[in-house]
Amino acid sequence: MDWSALWLSVRLAATTTVVLLAIGIPIAYWIVFSSWRGKFLVEAIVALPLVLPPTVLGFYVLIAIGPMSPLGRFYARLAGHGLPFTFEGLVIASVLYSMPFAVQPFSAEFASVDRRLLEASWSLGVSRFDTFRRVVLPLSIRGLVTGVVLSFAHTLGEFGVVLMVGGNLPGVTRTVSISIYDAVQSLDYASASRTSLLLLIVSFVILATTYSLQRSVWIRPRH
Amino acid sequence: MDPSSALTSVLRVDVARRFAGGFRLSAVMDVELRPGSMLVLFGPSGAGKTTILRQLAGLERPDAGTIRLDDEVWCDVTASVWRPPQARHIGLVFQEPTLFPHLTVRDNIGYGVRHGSDRGRTGVGPGSDPVEEIATMLGVKDLANRHPRELSGGEAQRVALARALVPGPRLLLLDEPFGALDMPTRARLRRDVRGLLHRTGTPAILVTHDRTEALEMGDAVVVMIGGRVRQTGPISDVFSHPADVDVAASLGVEAVVPARVLTSSGGLLEVAVGSAGRDVVLQVAERDALAPGADVYACIRAEDVTLGMQLSTHASARNHLEARVVSINAEGPVDRVSLDCGFPLDALITRRSREELNLTPGSQVTAAIKATNVHLVPRI
Repeated sequence: MDWSALWLSVRLAATTTVVLLAIGIPIAYWIVFSSWRGKFLVEAIVALPLVLPPTVLGFYVLIAIGPMSPLGRFYARLAGHGLPFTFEGLVIASVLYSMPFAVQPFSAEFASVDRRLLEASWSLGVSRFDTFRRVVLPLSIRGLVTGVVLSFAHTLGEFGVVLMVGGNLPGVTRTVSISIYDAVQSLDYASASRTSLLLLIVSFVILATTYSLQRSVWIRPRH
Repeated sequence: MDPSSALTSVLRVDVARRFAGGFRLSAVMDVELRPGSMLVLFGPSGAGKTTILRQLAGLERPDAGTIRLDDEVWCDVTASVWRPPQARHIGLVFQEPTLFPHLTVRDNIGYGVRHGSDRGRTGVGPGSDPVEEIATMLGVKDLANRHPRELSGGEAQRVALARALVPGPRLLLLDEPFGALDMPTRARLRRDVRGLLHRTGTPAILVTHDRTEALEMGDAVVVMIGGRVRQTGPISDVFSHPADVDVAASLGVEAVVPARVLTSSGGLLEVAVGSAGRDVVLQVAERDALAPGADVYACIRAEDVTLGMQLSTHASARNHLEARVVSINAEGPVDRVSLDCGFPLDALITRRSREELNLTPGSQVTAAIKATNVHLVPRI
């Protein structure tokens, strides 16, 4: 069992989830509450990773953060090394790759909050930001939890994007899915089977726990 | 707050809005809002009442026009002036009690004073807790620790009213807030709201299509039909002198006259109708208990007024009034006879009866009305 690969995957998934929570909430808010007519374009871009082959996304990310791009050069000057084949590079790619799994549950939940509750809050003199914080967010806990869990689970199992952007450096970019692929390539089926089973169990437990929490804690039956 | 210490506000609205379906709203009104008074925005469904209310609240924008309260410009499309709802200091109550479901009753009521820009302004005197005081006035103090899902419809609407009133709004906007409640709950809540507005000196605008509600609660009325303001004035003036046929039809076919209860005995009320000096006393069957001295509106349908030449024509009717014919207008197969019998009253009669009675403008006639056909609406 490749424990260092598993630990790396967990770190990557956790970091990605935290970043997605920070930037996914404002993006989802904007998608729901903006009256700009062209916002469907942004929605389409956010949803792209759902249909795009991970290798295509990984390829563009690799180009975008590589030494030929302004972003890559800027980061290299700042950090002293480039982004490709580093953990930071993986985080950027994973955030883009898992974006729809966070933003879509967030925005679906924001949109389901009764608009009149917001209007009531505004009419009571409460600003749009405070209304979001005190009314929309507390009523969107379920969507937030779903988005967080899905982002985490999705990042945990990603393969193509990681391979394109991160390569296969043990302890740095070799995630659990790549480790399984390596094991199969070297005909070590026993190791591949153990790691795969662990990933299956972990993913299932995370999702099952989330759904059961949503049933029993967040949806209290009416008396 | 002593109501007399607050000043009368003037609300001037001149707005236009075009909707995708072809409906056009074009409303002009210029109304005084006395402290504690209630202005009724009356009209059939689809007249644009709720749109006007939402524009007043700052939740919708007109395509063109202005909204001013006293010297504050709330909206001026040409000058690109727009005051957001947070800066208008209004209270808003919807038809459904839209309480924050994740907060207790206490936190719902205190939401505006705690988190809003109106912090510190309250509808009650200094030194008292506005949340406690207004919750007590509306009878929801004992529900403070409950969640909205544990409330009945009437309780929830009381909490919504308390929430809107606690920050001490300059104006309370009510969008058919009693519509979703059962009759006894509605009647109690109407009375309590009236009392609360008087005590806090808050003026209110009530959207309704219910004429009984308008008569019970309103001081003045703005009648809207098809996106336009058709008549504005004190409620009894508008109901007794509709500006035109459309307004009359939207208000209902009854004559509505201010009246006062004189005596009550044996299921029969004596009611004085009409202006001072020309009081006419009507006998009215008592449906609700009304104390002598109570101010009411007497409503009489034109179909229920029968005309004859002598007092004995309709022995069963309790009221026989001497009347003068003012005008006669054909209304389909029947004629509408407008009478002056100390107060304005209409009667519907067939063309044949009109010919038999030989009625012309100026004729003297007796109008008979059964005691059970006079409907009284108490003023609260």
